[in-house]
Amino acid sequence: MQITINGVAADVDRHITVATLVSGRAKNRRRVAVAVNAEVVPRSQWAATRLEPGDSIELLVAAAGG
Amino acid sequence: MTTHQLVPALEREDAADPFVVAGETFTSRLLLGTGGLPSLEVLERAIAASGTQLVTVALRRMETSTSGPLLDVLDRCGVRLLPNTAGCMTAREAVLTARLAREAFDTSWVKLEVIGDERTLLPDPVELLDAAEQLVAEGFAVLAYTSDDPVVGRRLADVGCAAVMPLGSPIGSGLGIRNPHNIALLRESVSVPVVLDAGIGTASDAALAMELGCDAVLLASAVTRARDPEQMALAMRQAVEAGRLARGAGRIPRRWNAEASTSMQGLPDL
Repeated sequence: MQITINGVAADVDRHITVATLVSGRAKNRRRVAVAVNAEVVPRSQWAATRLEPGDSIELLVAAAGG
Repeated sequence: MTTHQLVPALEREDAADPFVVAGETFTSRLLLGTGGLPSLEVLERAIAASGTQLVTVALRRMETSTSGPLLDVLDRCGVRLLPNTAGCMTAREAVLTARLAREAFDTSWVKLEVIGDERTLLPDPVELLDAAEQLVAEGFAVLAYTSDDPVVGRRLADVGCAAVMPLGSPIGSGLGIRNPHNIALLRESVSVPVVLDAGIGTASDAALAMELGCDAVLLASAVTRARDPEQMALAMRQAVEAGRLARGAGRIPRRWNAEASTSMQGLPDL
């Protein structure tokens, strides 16, 4: 199914969980934050949160900044 | 000579004059932003030279960031992280960013920035106050980046911000403290810590902030864009310490005319 990850269209398994998506993309799951359709998905809910077609995901990490 | 004069100034300050914000105690009164350094090696040396214990980090999309190494360096330095909401222009964006930062960094501290104008990067006080109120209600320790308006500062303190952080001048401008009077007024009008944030260009600006009564100074560009960031970090550390000591020591009143420090009594008739 088609979703958007960090502004880029992506094709992923149907109803993939946030946990699986993060595992496939982040070396270190710690210190990653996830928003789905502009709502925070807490780490404790990653495994239970299944994505739907058209969802917009933001995978965020630390960056240098003032 | 009293005994305390025999103790080196830095030790005396560390021992007797901690910086307390949101219930946490720091011996350093210099907060450092991490943006703009040429390499992580330089960042690490600058942090060490600055003596800072609290550094800001941003939250960005995974692909565009070298997150792992950055956080490794900050871990190694033993500094506490202060996530910012840089780039947010509405209360909604800033609140969401703060919630995401809390997830990513396991901290409920946030440097709240809500920018109202892309050219000047000046804060939007209306959106800022709205976001601050929401985040305080959600249990965040909000350190609010704000204009140097004492009334806005008081309103931010009134809604429960842990610190008020007025700008000296626009972010990255290096123009120093354009309205020292407002900074002093703001300091008088709130009981929470006041941290001068943004606009510092060189060491004398940081010293002035402390002399005006600020509790700490937050700066980034002045160090990260200096020709020698490590040396400037040390300069800032010493400037903050010097300004703090001078504030505590009590400056002499300004006078229109001279006042001789050498007595005229016993002046020989030559």
